[in-house]
Amino acid sequence: MPKVDLNRVSMPKQEPLVRARNFNEVALGYTAEQAMQEASRCIQCPKRPCVDGCPVEVDIPDFILAVREGNMPEAVKSLKSKNSLPGICGRVCPQETQCEAACSLSKKGAPIAIGRLERYVADWELGQGQMEKPQLAKPTGKRIAVVGSGPAGLTAAADLAKLGHEVTIFEALHTAGGVLMYGIPEFRMPKHVVQTEVDYVKYLGVEIRLDSVVGKIITVDELLENGYSAVFLGTGAGLPMFLNIPGENLNGVYSANEFLTRTNLMKAYLFPEYDTPLKLGRRVAVIGGGNVAMDSARCSLRLGAAEVYIVYRRSEVEMPARREEVENAQEEGIIFKYLTNPIQCLGNGRGLVAAMECIEMELGEPDASGRRRPIPKTGSEFIMEVDTVIVALGTTPNPLVPTTTQGLEVTNRGTVVADEETGQTRKLLVWAGGDVVTGAATVISAMGAGKRAAASIGATVGA
Amino acid sequence: MYKIMLRDDPVPNIHFFRIEAPAVARKAQAGQFVIVMVDEKGERIPLSIADWDREEGSVTIVFNEVGRTTRKLAQLKAGDEIASFVGPLGLPAEIEEFGTVACVAMGYGVVTMVPIARALKEAGNRIISVIWAQSKNMLFGVERLGSFSDQLIVTTDDGSYWRKGSILDTLEELLRGDERIDRAIIIGPTCMMKFCSAITKPFEVKTIVSLNPVMVDGTGMCGCCRVEVGDETKFACVDGPEFDGHQVNWDLLMARRCTYSDEQGKQLVYQCWHCAQW
Repeated sequence: MPKVDLNRVSMPKQEPLVRARNFNEVALGYTAEQAMQEASRCIQCPKRPCVDGCPVEVDIPDFILAVREGNMPEAVKSLKSKNSLPGICGRVCPQETQCEAACSLSKKGAPIAIGRLERYVADWELGQGQMEKPQLAKPTGKRIAVVGSGPAGLTAAADLAKLGHEVTIFEALHTAGGVLMYGIPEFRMPKHVVQTEVDYVKYLGVEIRLDSVVGKIITVDELLENGYSAVFLGTGAGLPMFLNIPGENLNGVYSANEFLTRTNLMKAYLFPEYDTPLKLGRRVAVIGGGNVAMDSARCSLRLGAAEVYIVYRRSEVEMPARREEVENAQEEGIIFKYLTNPIQCLGNGRGLVAAMECIEMELGEPDASGRRRPIPKTGSEFIMEVDTVIVALGTTPNPLVPTTTQGLEVTNRGTVVADEETGQTRKLLVWAGGDVVTGAATVISAMGAGKRAAASIGATVGA
Repeated sequence: MYKIMLRDDPVPNIHFFRIEAPAVARKAQAGQFVIVMVDEKGERIPLSIADWDREEGSVTIVFNEVGRTTRKLAQLKAGDEIASFVGPLGLPAEIEEFGTVACVAMGYGVVTMVPIARALKEAGNRIISVIWAQSKNMLFGVERLGSFSDQLIVTTDDGSYWRKGSILDTLEELLRGDERIDRAIIIGPTCMMKFCSAITKPFEVKTIVSLNPVMVDGTGMCGCCRVEVGDETKFACVDGPEFDGHQVNWDLLMARRCTYSDEQGKQLVYQCWHCAQW
């Protein structure tokens, strides 16, 4: 048996100071040589713990073996049999806490770079310019409606189509992809990759109706009355949370959702070629410590801000953002102000934000989330001069569908009550999955939920 | 893509487009709006629904040519298509039997008032419509709104049509009159809605305004359209667009509406003499 190779092949990236001024993808992806080298490190252990670590149970050792052998069509086939959106997952899944954490080599500190290999396989297929259509089951004649075309909806739709159902996705925006289009920036999730994977879902026979706000143009109950055998809700968590502090409605204070939607979906970074403007100051403060905060900060830099701060009320270790994204942000020159909480936004007298009053925090006993609770230090108030504030405190589900659907049970956090295993809601023939059930979480957990719901829908409505 | 079936330009800078959108037409109600994108590189902007025809499958929108997107839209002709047409959005107008309702409107507000007045009339209300324009050549939709009104008052700044005088004096005169007014609905430029709300306040007449802040998605996702009503922050796209005019923080709304006005170029039309609103 060959010696275990613990030299994880790193992925080339754009230089920090170069990439901080452009919207091109930061991580450049493996070359064929790098991919084969990394794939050959996999010891093909019989227990396959990585598969259990994956929410959609990709046969990871199989596709890695195919990469090692240079059999790319086989790698694609293996990967896509479980995951219809590998180009997306390879980029934005938190592999370090999932498959890679479970990898047998993880104990030795050098897990296989499964995410990078997944991305390599997806990008290889994209480069071929054609997609292999998998075997679809015989048409069942059953129509299924999927609400929302984000990760959960696309996955559920793809799996239902493979089962032979006639699937229609209803999407509120003018482009399919949900948070992958409006939220995650181009430099982390290129939009042509998202659209290729959306095209793959359409290629499976799924119809996508854009500009269709369910709850307004048609209700869930009407879908069920109009010949749909089941409805899957993958409407995500689209409602922004604010701080509820004085001055928060001044001009120059954005929700991260607005800021990112203007930037990514509406392509404000290409203004005036694209019509949507975005007003950004020189000094930007982003409130929050999650991936959305990192994305907002890094977009601000790329849009030309001189100084960008992350203002977070706890310390570095409690930050929910992926380690990799925090490091990227630090390399690019984002300034982190930990243990700092804003109290109010101050205007310039003409309706525009000019400063933020903050207070220093210290950490007390752990709270319900298990993280140490931040407590304000009395008398530590100070003023931060900023001309743009981006609030990235998280999101909750949009109530549009729940409030227009009879008999759908909703928690006090606004999330839809659904069975964890099957995604079944308390309303007959309605399933739900992804952020609308869990509150804001990851792309892959939403995909896992979409997958489980599709299986349950398939079993319920029958062939 | 959504086809423009018909176009009408009643007065300079005001345009009506009848758009083929059967699914939107099926659900449209008085007081709602749509989000429109002219082409795939366009902005998403909210426009009021002026009318709909469920059988024909059409929705009529009305807009004021003020910024980049409305100028672009105004260059299209019948037969052309627009990229995106999302709706019906927002809460429908509150329709009940209130008694006597004053429907006060200016500009595109005159035609967006029509479905509201029609529904209120059907609900058994007495409708007094008050229409304001700078001059006779800026008036349109008078007959249409008039046809659902029990009483019609038209006032022009220069006296070129009907009575001469400002909307504020006319409204105040109506409120001072013998007839009890149970509710006022005001649709028009932001500053007109602001000042009319100030007129009705001392008379304690419940006053509803239809706000038009900057929006992006129109479904509650971005919070760009937040307005302060009483002590609360509301999203005009999902909580509105109708709000209590006596509770609205008008200065904030006006400041927020101007966020992008320099990018949009000078607002030349329907600009009131008090501020830069339209």
